[in-house]
Amino acid sequence: MDEDEISSSLLTLLIIWQTRRFLDTKNRLPQWDWWLKNYWFINVALIGLSTVTDEDFPLRLIWLIALGMVGYTVHLLSPNQAARTAFLAVAPFMFLMSVFKVIEDLFPKFAKTYSNFTDSTVGFSLVWLVAFLIVASRQKKALIKLEQEREIEAAERRKIEARKQELEYLVAQRTAEITSQKEELEQALTELKATQNQLIHSEKMASLGELTAGIAHEIQNPLNFVNNFAEVSVELIDEIADEHHKPNPDPQLTDELLTDLRQNLQKISQHGSRASSIVRGMLQHSRASSGQREPTDLNALCEEYLRLAYHGLRAKDKTFNASFSTELDASLGLVTVVPQDLGRVLLNLYTNAFYAVQSRQKTAQEQASSYQPTVTVTTECIGNEVRIRVRDNGVGMPESILSKIFQPFFTTKPTGEGTGLGLSLSYDIITKGHGGTIEARSREGEGTEFIIELPA
Amino acid sequence: MKILVVDDEPDVKDLFEQRFRREVRNGEFELAFANSGEEAITYLSSRPSEVVLILSDINMPGMSGFELLRHIRTDFNAPPPPVVMMITAYGDPESQQQAAKLGANDFLTKPLDFTVLKEKLRTIA
Repeated sequence: MDEDEISSSLLTLLIIWQTRRFLDTKNRLPQWDWWLKNYWFINVALIGLSTVTDEDFPLRLIWLIALGMVGYTVHLLSPNQAARTAFLAVAPFMFLMSVFKVIEDLFPKFAKTYSNFTDSTVGFSLVWLVAFLIVASRQKKALIKLEQEREIEAAERRKIEARKQELEYLVAQRTAEITSQKEELEQALTELKATQNQLIHSEKMASLGELTAGIAHEIQNPLNFVNNFAEVSVELIDEIADEHHKPNPDPQLTDELLTDLRQNLQKISQHGSRASSIVRGMLQHSRASSGQREPTDLNALCEEYLRLAYHGLRAKDKTFNASFSTELDASLGLVTVVPQDLGRVLLNLYTNAFYAVQSRQKTAQEQASSYQPTVTVTTECIGNEVRIRVRDNGVGMPESILSKIFQPFFTTKPTGEGTGLGLSLSYDIITKGHGGTIEARSREGEGTEFIIELPA
Repeated sequence: MKILVVDDEPDVKDLFEQRFRREVRNGEFELAFANSGEEAITYLSSRPSEVVLILSDINMPGMSGFELLRHIRTDFNAPPPPVVMMITAYGDPESQQQAAKLGANDFLTKPLDFTVLKEKLRTIA
């Protein structure tokens, strides 16, 4: 073993050590790295073998083994450009070193003759080694830089991904919020609709309440007549009986009494049916509208509700007094309408009319001026149309109010007195229910007129 | 004794005529009828101080019973002043007070009890 051999073994150690460092095998190839790390052990073993056997041959193997290990390392890291370039750098030198040593051993003469050539070849391979190591180092740097960029990119991507997830979560949260709000709104709408129906119903009941006093009066009146005429009739019969038992009865008086009796019975029946027609009307008004149109005596309907409305108001305010009149077109005949619905409309218009004349009467009384409150209903048959007009000489209303009267919940009455639904419902009943029109004309301080036109 | 009955209900006439048939036939009472306050005033103007008793409804379209009463007490109150009885379906205390304030002699509620009415009329006659 000479100096040359020692430097060779140290050189290979250096190469292996540098390979480990340069290619970072510790992290990239942890299993294979164990062999590289323990290369010095092989080296020492071979030196030991060479010393024991006093033979140089095992030392020649050092270069080959080191070359193989470097080659295998590069093979394991083959996609790595820098690794391949590094191998390209060291491989010629290591190969030449091992080959020349073997030639030196086997053909010393030949080796001596061509020592110049071998030396320059080794020199050249060293230059090669250095040049390619520089290239490899550059490639490695570029690679590291690329990796770093990739890492930055990946980090960026992760950040974007996280942000995206955050946004998606936010979107989901907002969507849930909106959905729940939508559901709340839908529920509120359903509740509103139910309340509206309830209001419409209570409006109807309120108008029925307004009617009850009028109805009571209107029923009491005919009933009084029924009772009175019945009582009088009993008296008449007594008189007839008395006359009958007289020795010489007066046939003329008996005839007169009988005529009166007949008349009374007719009146009883007449007032009786008036009472029952009022009860029927009341029942009809309170019943849910069937929506069924039927041939109706519009004149009778107009008159009946006018009386009911008047007496209803009278019963509430005893000081109130108004004259009401009807101008009814006898040629009207039967008109196909929904009687309950039309009755509600009329009741509304009458109640409003009486309210208007009552308001004007109050101010007139304060000013001690003469004022005759009047409400008039007129029916007319014009071609194929029926026109109903409800006119009052009450307070009237300005244009600003007139334009709003058919809007739901609009009322000029104090809170609690009007639902504000009367005219809006009337509007619906006439336009949607009957395909007619309803309009209002008014002059402040002079009166108001509602005109309903229905297709006959 | 001449009695003027004022009521907007036309059947009141028939009812009174029959209820007071005997009295009318005996010449005890004489009945006259008006369908409204206005008509009553026309009647009273044409026959001043002929009517002894006036029976008037309060609730009538047009001139109310109270207005008629006011007119009677101002325009037709020549002595002896006519006896005025107000009749109403609404027997509330306010109406009764107002009737008394305006100078009504009595206040009756519908339905009329004719037996009571006849007795009242006899005390006047």
